[in-house]
Amino acid sequence: MYDLIIIGAGPAGITASVYAARKRINFLIITRDIGGQAALSYDIKNYVGYQFITGPALAQKFREHLEQFNVEAKEGESVTSISKEGDIVKVKTDKGEYTAKTAIIASGRVPRKLGVEGEKEFKNRGVTYCATCDGPLFADKEVAVIGGGNSALDAVLQLIKIAKKIYLINIGPKLRADPIMVEKAKNSEKVVIYNSTKVEEINGDTFVKGIKISREGKEENLAVEGIFIEIGSTPSSDFIKNIEKNEIGEIVVNCLCETSIPGIFAAGDVTNVYAKQIIVACGEGAKAALASFEYISKIK
Amino acid sequence: MSKRVKVYSTSACPYCAMVKAFLKEKNILFEDVDVGTNPEAVKEMIEKSGQMGVPVIDIEGKIILGFNKEAISRELGI
Repeated sequence: MYDLIIIGAGPAGITASVYAARKRINFLIITRDIGGQAALSYDIKNYVGYQFITGPALAQKFREHLEQFNVEAKEGESVTSISKEGDIVKVKTDKGEYTAKTAIIASGRVPRKLGVEGEKEFKNRGVTYCATCDGPLFADKEVAVIGGGNSALDAVLQLIKIAKKIYLINIGPKLRADPIMVEKAKNSEKVVIYNSTKVEEINGDTFVKGIKISREGKEENLAVEGIFIEIGSTPSSDFIKNIEKNEIGEIVVNCLCETSIPGIFAAGDVTNVYAKQIIVACGEGAKAALASFEYISKIK
Repeated sequence: MSKRVKVYSTSACPYCAMVKAFLKEKNILFEDVDVGTNPEAVKEMIEKSGQMGVPVIDIEGKIILGFNKEAISRELGI
């Protein structure tokens, strides 16, 4: 049995791990990947100490920091449930079961799904959630970007350099992204903006051929080969059943990162903490590690 | 005899960077194919993998999608 299990290795989980290692806590990290959402950021300009760093480079720095210590990590493993039985925290994954005195949930967030027909079927067959990754595959093609916030506009601006034509499909009456980005998109002849427009269906054969939308009371089909879904994120908290969450699925924590179950802590973007920022998640991870250290000391 | 490894990637894709960093760390030689600048390579990648997401790793004909460390390690015996 471990003293602590840390779930996730994004900014919150990594920082918690560094603190736990320095406190000589006997702990295990279980994570799908190192870096989390931070690794997917194209450029980071507000993480103090780096005036500019890319997401992958920061994730690499995190990994190096962690490797200074002799840390046990299960990478590529997904947690399926967490529960507390008596004084023991049980964590089940797709590959095994682990027990500890305490746990820190730092599982972060995942891209939000559109929830329309064809989305799942055509994932990686034209449907993508990472414009930075897959954008270059759509050179001289017609594509659609779904969303209206900064991440959607970021995708549009990247695609202007690559694609032939870009439909920006926004469900709201107005784009929410920063005006500087919206202006750039509007100034490009390649970009067609449809506000107050709903996506009805994604269609194709082996790969995406089109997208059915409804606007102004009418349905129409746009012939596109790529669909970039950029409609924000949701907390990765589906595996959590008996811990209090808010109406949008975030784990409710207090200022000590304590959840509704004593001994189970949570940190970073999976929680209801204000501001989903790398630097905030790091701070929360540090707090959670120190709070769990105190908890372990008390029960020993 | 080491296996022939090909990585289909794009320049700014984080998971591609992770795959390449992992292979370098393990001293595995690989051919890096940037599909963002090479339309022929895009076709080849789609034919091999039946899909359009990067990265795609081709280890002697065995196709691995994404940064699946375990599958890559297994295939390379590392």
